[in-house]
Amino acid sequence: MTTTPALSIRGLNKSFGAIVVAQSIDVDLKPGARVGLIGPNGAGKTTFVNLLTGFLTPDSGTIALDGERIEALAPEMRVKRGLARTHQIKALLRGFNVRDNVAVAIAERRNFAWRMMRYTPQWRECLEESQTLLDDMGIGVVADRIVRELPYGQQRLLEIAIALSLKPRVLLLDEPAAGVPSTEAHHIHDVLSRLPKDIAILIIEHDMDVIFRFAEEIIVLVQGKVLTRGEPAAIAADPEVRAVYLGRTVI
Amino acid sequence: MTPAKPSTPAKPSIAPAVAASGTGHYPLPIALAGHALPWLAIIAFFFFASGGGYLSFGTTIMIWILFAMSLDLVLGYAGIVTLGHAAYFGFGAYVAGLCSIYLTSDPLIGHAIAIVAAAVLGLVTGALILHTTGVTFLMLSLAIISMMFEFANKAKDITGGDDGLQGMKVGPIFGTFEFNLFGTTAYVYTAVVLFLWFLIAWRLVHSPFGRSLDGIRQNARRMRAIGTPVWWRLLAVYTISAGIAGSAGALSAHSTRFVGLDVLSLLTSGIVTVMLILGGTRKLYGAFVGAVVYSVVQDSTAKISPNFWEFIVGGMLILTVLFLEGGLMDIGRVVRNFIAKIAKRSGVA
Amino acid sequence: MLSFAATILLDGISYGMVLFIISVGLTITMGLMRVANLAHGSFAMIGGYIAGYMTQRGYDFYFALLIAALIPGILGAFAEVTVIRPLYRKGELSQVLLTIGVVFVVTAAVTEIFGAFPYPVKFPDYMTRPIDIWFRTYPGYRLFLIAIGSVIALVLWYIIDHSLYGARLRAAVDNSRMAQAVGMNVNVLFTGTFVVGCALAGLGGAVGAGILSPEPSYALKYVVLFLIIVIVGGEGSFKGSFVAAMALGIIDTVGKYFFTEVAAYLLYAAVFVLLLWRPQGLLPPKSVA
Repeated sequence: MTTTPALSIRGLNKSFGAIVVAQSIDVDLKPGARVGLIGPNGAGKTTFVNLLTGFLTPDSGTIALDGERIEALAPEMRVKRGLARTHQIKALLRGFNVRDNVAVAIAERRNFAWRMMRYTPQWRECLEESQTLLDDMGIGVVADRIVRELPYGQQRLLEIAIALSLKPRVLLLDEPAAGVPSTEAHHIHDVLSRLPKDIAILIIEHDMDVIFRFAEEIIVLVQGKVLTRGEPAAIAADPEVRAVYLGRTVI
Repeated sequence: MTPAKPSTPAKPSIAPAVAASGTGHYPLPIALAGHALPWLAIIAFFFFASGGGYLSFGTTIMIWILFAMSLDLVLGYAGIVTLGHAAYFGFGAYVAGLCSIYLTSDPLIGHAIAIVAAAVLGLVTGALILHTTGVTFLMLSLAIISMMFEFANKAKDITGGDDGLQGMKVGPIFGTFEFNLFGTTAYVYTAVVLFLWFLIAWRLVHSPFGRSLDGIRQNARRMRAIGTPVWWRLLAVYTISAGIAGSAGALSAHSTRFVGLDVLSLLTSGIVTVMLILGGTRKLYGAFVGAVVYSVVQDSTAKISPNFWEFIVGGMLILTVLFLEGGLMDIGRVVRNFIAKIAKRSGVA
Repeated sequence: MLSFAATILLDGISYGMVLFIISVGLTITMGLMRVANLAHGSFAMIGGYIAGYMTQRGYDFYFALLIAALIPGILGAFAEVTVIRPLYRKGELSQVLLTIGVVFVVTAAVTEIFGAFPYPVKFPDYMTRPIDIWFRTYPGYRLFLIAIGSVIALVLWYIIDHSLYGARLRAAVDNSRMAQAVGMNVNVLFTGTFVVGCALAGLGGAVGAGILSPEPSYALKYVVLFLIIVIVGGEGSFKGSFVAAMALGIIDTVGKYFFTEVAAYLLYAAVFVLLLWRPQGLLPPKSVA
């Protein structure tokens, strides 16, 4: 039984002069996968995501989404094909309110955001769908608030909501819980556990709690290269991994 | 996790429109009155000014308003910082002028051709430079207008160069309304064109397209991350805006029966930008306020001395940027904030 | 034939030197502070006027140069604190508009004080005489420009590439937040650099007065040129501004000799094509994409 992987990466390479940020990376994400990507700071995790989403062009390698090659596509085209991500650094529309942030994404997904003349009733549908999604994530109450005024934890939840609203087949979560105070972190953990089962998810995190609870497989990235991969228990016991994370007692 | 049920969502059909228009703080009747005001003023001016010969001044202001409005689409709503928008204004003016000399004296046909020509120019130049941002884009827009200016300057046979385009024959509109010395036809013609474009622009900025432009202005990368074909949207608004600017240029050519080199000058680009900033971006009406204020101030201070005028414009620019970021139309909000601050300090709030 | 080519080259280089001296301050501050300062030309203009004023009244030429550099520097310090600093956070458009506003104000003031006509600088006699250089006689003034430009370029190059101040500067240009995080007093660095940039502009305006003569429309007329040098060379790139200034000087001179009809047009077209090909400039200072 070989199902087409949701996301298939082969031989991804990228360097900036002498600095190698990605070296022969091979990764397969099957549909519904829950994969964690860990590695020390500067290992190239966010670079990897940028390469996948198209904001960086690889020197060589292929990326296939549901079997279709996408490495030549512009970022927005990859989104249309079903690849979504959240951002580490806030990338929200800070002047809009929460509901509008999601509704704009829904409007793009529904392909009517280009309409110039008619103030279509479809926008109301986008708003309604947005509200439902926000309610589901527990931030429906703040739907009218401007993003600038939101506490950090809720902004991170909004990030996830926006990515989900695009109904992706593959979701890349870039440190979704980073910097969130522990009082709000459980909220994010909860949302993560309830993500749709048919989406393949790659999550980058430093918080080992989150990774070990969430991931079925873990990939360890060090200096742009895949050091090792395997089930969480095996990774936790791996002496090489421990050495890389010198001093971290969390494993 | 127990999400509290939210109160019913804000009336979706009004809230976004209101948020985008900037009249969101005022109840509907006042907003409607606000909308009617500029048009009533334009109509009133027609009757009051006919006698005194100020009509052509009013026509010129309306042309600037249209030009500034086109810039608002590009600069205010889409966030494209350009100093070369006069390229499309000037191109429209010259095309309209040349049409009237070589093709037909019917102004409407020349006008339509000018709009299309300017839009095509906008499409081509936009396609070439819209992938850049920031100072690079600014420089490219400067290069474009500089090239066009130099070309017009040197191609004396076509454009008349320094002396300007002579010999325009502007016939009556619809065959009946003649352009006369008093400028009545020109005034009404310009006002109608302005009104029509305003309607189009208003619908444009309040459409889903307009909203996506707002998003692009705030965070283009974010918009790409949700699948927006950003470059195409920018190209679309740039092309439309160029067409509108060309329309303003055509009006300028027809109403004065003359096209001078200054329509392609950097100074013209600068002036329209100043007008828009002064009045306030992203309000469409900011163009109205800015063009009127600038023209009135210029007219009164230039009589004193050209130096004084430059000094005043410079001062206005500096003060607007430092203190009045939303332009003069924002005065309402600034005053309200100020009052709220004082109220809070004196313990009322 | 060779002498003719050499003349064009020397004319171009001497013109380029003037442009370089004026623009180098702008490229550093634009790269460092990320503020589009269209008023930079005003400092050059003020320098030119000061030199004109003083030399016409018989002051020593080099003393006049000193004052022509000093006063714009002081004005720059004042401007940075009052007007430029608020611009750091605001967008490009605000910066462009505010600095254009400054240009207008300065231009109006200058016209009021000095009148609307070009205000010449009296250069020392040995510069106005042609000097015998091997294959022909050549204006001493232009040789002076080449000399002083080279000296300034070398001094700056040494400072930027080999001194602690230069290292700090380059670090801050590359990543000002990181620089701050490492404890650099970025504000002082900014102000200091801005002042030096304005002083250099003033000096450039003064020595260059024989080519770019001081007049009220100076700042507005030449701002596009200075911007071209900065953006084509690469914002924040000292080497880039030198190369771009030389290129612009030579291209413009060649244009004036051979293609008078389309000289200006060709220049802008060249800039256009170049920026489309390399939007970040010829020699951008940032090492990593």
